[in-house]
Amino acid sequence: MSDSPAAGPWPTRPHLSARSAYALHALVAPRKPYRWLAARLEQHPLLRRWFTAGERITKQEIFGCQMCGQCALPATGYACPMTCPKQLRNGPCGGVSATGQCEVHPEMRCVWVIAFERAERAGHGADLDLLQRPVDHRETGRSSWVNYWLGRDEDLWAAATPSDPAPLLPRPAGARR
Amino acid sequence: MSTPTTAGPASPVSAAAAAPADHPRPTGGLRAAIASGRFVVTAELGPPRDASPDTITRKAGFLRGWVDAANVTDCQGAKVKLSSMAGSVLARAAGVEPVMQLTCRDRNRIGLQSDLLGAAALGIPNVLLLTGDHPRYGDHPEAKPVFDLDGVQLTWTARTLREGTLISGERLEHPPGWLIGTVENPYAPPTQFRARRLAKKVAAGAEFVQTQYVFDVERFAAWMAEVRTLGITQRCAVIAGVGPIRSLRVLEMLSTGVPGIYVPDEVGRRLRGVPADKVEAEGISLCVETIQQVAEIPGVRGVHVMAFGFERGVPDIVERAGVGPRALARVQGVTGHAD
Repeated sequence: MSDSPAAGPWPTRPHLSARSAYALHALVAPRKPYRWLAARLEQHPLLRRWFTAGERITKQEIFGCQMCGQCALPATGYACPMTCPKQLRNGPCGGVSATGQCEVHPEMRCVWVIAFERAERAGHGADLDLLQRPVDHRETGRSSWVNYWLGRDEDLWAAATPSDPAPLLPRPAGARR
Repeated sequence: MSTPTTAGPASPVSAAAAAPADHPRPTGGLRAAIASGRFVVTAELGPPRDASPDTITRKAGFLRGWVDAANVTDCQGAKVKLSSMAGSVLARAAGVEPVMQLTCRDRNRIGLQSDLLGAAALGIPNVLLLTGDHPRYGDHPEAKPVFDLDGVQLTWTARTLREGTLISGERLEHPPGWLIGTVENPYAPPTQFRARRLAKKVAAGAEFVQTQYVFDVERFAAWMAEVRTLGITQRCAVIAGVGPIRSLRVLEMLSTGVPGIYVPDEVGRRLRGVPADKVEAEGISLCVETIQQVAEIPGVRGVHVMAFGFERGVPDIVERAGVGPRALARVQGVTGHAD
């Protein structure tokens, strides 16, 4: 069987240490200039296209980004769960081999094993306990940075507390379009 | 131990009430068995790859009275079979309470919610929600893998439906009432995350969980300790997966070829240590012993016997292990049961 990264998502080990990723994230956290930029980009389709292309190239190179438009990286040790062949957002499936290899691509390491190791080592292990909401497929191909800066990603996950998360309802932010 | 919170806010669809009067009544029901606190037994009932109802009826005949419920699998191994919903209705008609399995592999969130509502309307009293095998190693490897939701999100969706809304937010006039189940594999890496992953599913709404095959009881007991520490056993009934290894060929396959299954070396040594004609009996004895061992682990509320193509052997296994509805009936001196 021939395997190529084009044949669906492909577990990807990030080309950036978890530590650098967490540090880098602090630099792009939403603040006034970014919100301003995001608002401008929304108004200018051509600029937005260029900006989104830049985001795609960068994130594909580093994380194997699939451009879901609703980035889970900050909660997964910066290993992209959309590169899991089943695109699981809430942790690994039960088919991971004893050595931590992917069930679908046994020559690759399970991206959730990578995510767990990275998050735990960086002291962010509790992020993996968050309940990740289903992907909004209308956002596919859009810039998740713009969505992030405009506050649309605020409700991507919920705490899994003993007092239950609320029922799974549409994200107020995601339902805007 | 306290009983888990099995009763949802919506009134459960009673198995007996919804069954047509001329059908054999299932034995008690999984929800009631779990709520009663007794050790439950479930089994696997794989639908056939054809359009005949007879296989399910025949397999259900082996299990009737011996188990509290049977899982009707949803195209297990990503291979096309008769649907789990149809199989569940057939199992019920044959006197075995079904647990309808539903995976995220073949349906998006519209299809999943639709099937969950349909299952409730047909009186299917239990659903088991899982991510599902990838089509790549099934019989249609060229198929589109859907995975619109994952197993945790599907569990969350089920709870949302039962609380009376679709995940679109639209209200349901008659919410479903099934018991919500899920699965977990204590042995798959990252092993330190497996109990926590189950905790997510329980927070999302799972009321019972069936585990992957337990062959290594010691590691399972360690996992159960984590599960208890996380408070899971108070909210979710943990049912340990077991099954007989009936030949060295199956041993070989389970040891190397099936993702997520871990067979410790002692099991291999024990099965290889008996004459060829005694391997099957040894494998069955091992399964019986495993049931008795996991039953001693605090928080384990039952066993799930997975005996593919060997449904006829399930009564012998549960009888020898002394578990299940019939064992209970015997202890209580009660003779009446489904058949």
